[in-house]
Amino acid sequence: MAAAALLQNANFKGFFTGRISENAAKGVCVPGLNCYSCPGAVGACPLGSLQSFLGTRPFRFPYYVMGLLLFFGALLGRAVCGFLCPMGLIQELAALVPVKKRNRFRLDQPLRKLKFLILAATLVLPLIVARTPFFCKYICPSGTTAALFLSAADKTVRGLLGSLFTLKFAILTVLIVLSLFIWRPFCKYLCPLGAFYGLMNRVALYRGHVDENACVHCGACASVCRMGVDPVKEINGTECIRCGDCARKCPADAIRIGFAGIRKKEPEAQGGEVRTS
Amino acid sequence: MKRYGGLILLLAGAALALIGLLQGQYDSVLAKAVRICLECVGIG
Repeated sequence: MAAAALLQNANFKGFFTGRISENAAKGVCVPGLNCYSCPGAVGACPLGSLQSFLGTRPFRFPYYVMGLLLFFGALLGRAVCGFLCPMGLIQELAALVPVKKRNRFRLDQPLRKLKFLILAATLVLPLIVARTPFFCKYICPSGTTAALFLSAADKTVRGLLGSLFTLKFAILTVLIVLSLFIWRPFCKYLCPLGAFYGLMNRVALYRGHVDENACVHCGACASVCRMGVDPVKEINGTECIRCGDCARKCPADAIRIGFAGIRKKEPEAQGGEVRTS
Repeated sequence: MKRYGGLILLLAGAALALIGLLQGQYDSVLAKAVRICLECVGIG
């Protein structure tokens, strides 16, 4: 994940000059949430690009960005969150602080629905209010991180930061503090990109499989899952980010995560069934 | 359907992206991405 974050932010010079990349690669969306205003960014943010299209008048359907999002989602689903997203990396770094994590609590499940509401708002609000990328403007912690890098290198930007930045900085701070106690709170509760890829998890080519005959129903997979998923019930549900902790923990070797059709064990050869949803 | 759904959506995504490319939408994304997005960084 660190390598992916570095690759997506390989314009290292920008971190010192405060100037963002103007290379042709900036016209290609990266799969994860990586603000294109980050001085290191070498690609475009898919959500920012999508909202930009949706907020443009006269309206143009965002074929290119929607196509790329569908492509990434159908290929990888939420594996993008697990392996390619810099925001995931930031939260995982914060989670390294040795504080007791609490991944199951009363509001956890209701709060998971919030990201779908934010996804809906992200798609609909720019259609109503022109040139207002709702998510980027009021929530996105990736943009706030970009602002921190930009303002560190450029005092003009520093002088322009106002109340909107204060709001976004507060959100980023809360998310990082929450990451000490809850695994990936932004991914679980707020990220509209994660919500979209989560919906794609059911059909994505990179998916999970539980061999029901091999499964001994010991619950080890569910207890180790930091995203709070029970892989036996919902391995291809909206919340699995394909980290593979469950497969490594399974004492019966009943869980496989990989591209559909590429399996080490053929279910027929074992006389068992494979659950894929 | 589930078995082929991913493949169908993958191809549909590639087709949509291609249509967008032909409509010049790559240039629109590039034009937005090479300027600092004021909303994104919390300026305005």
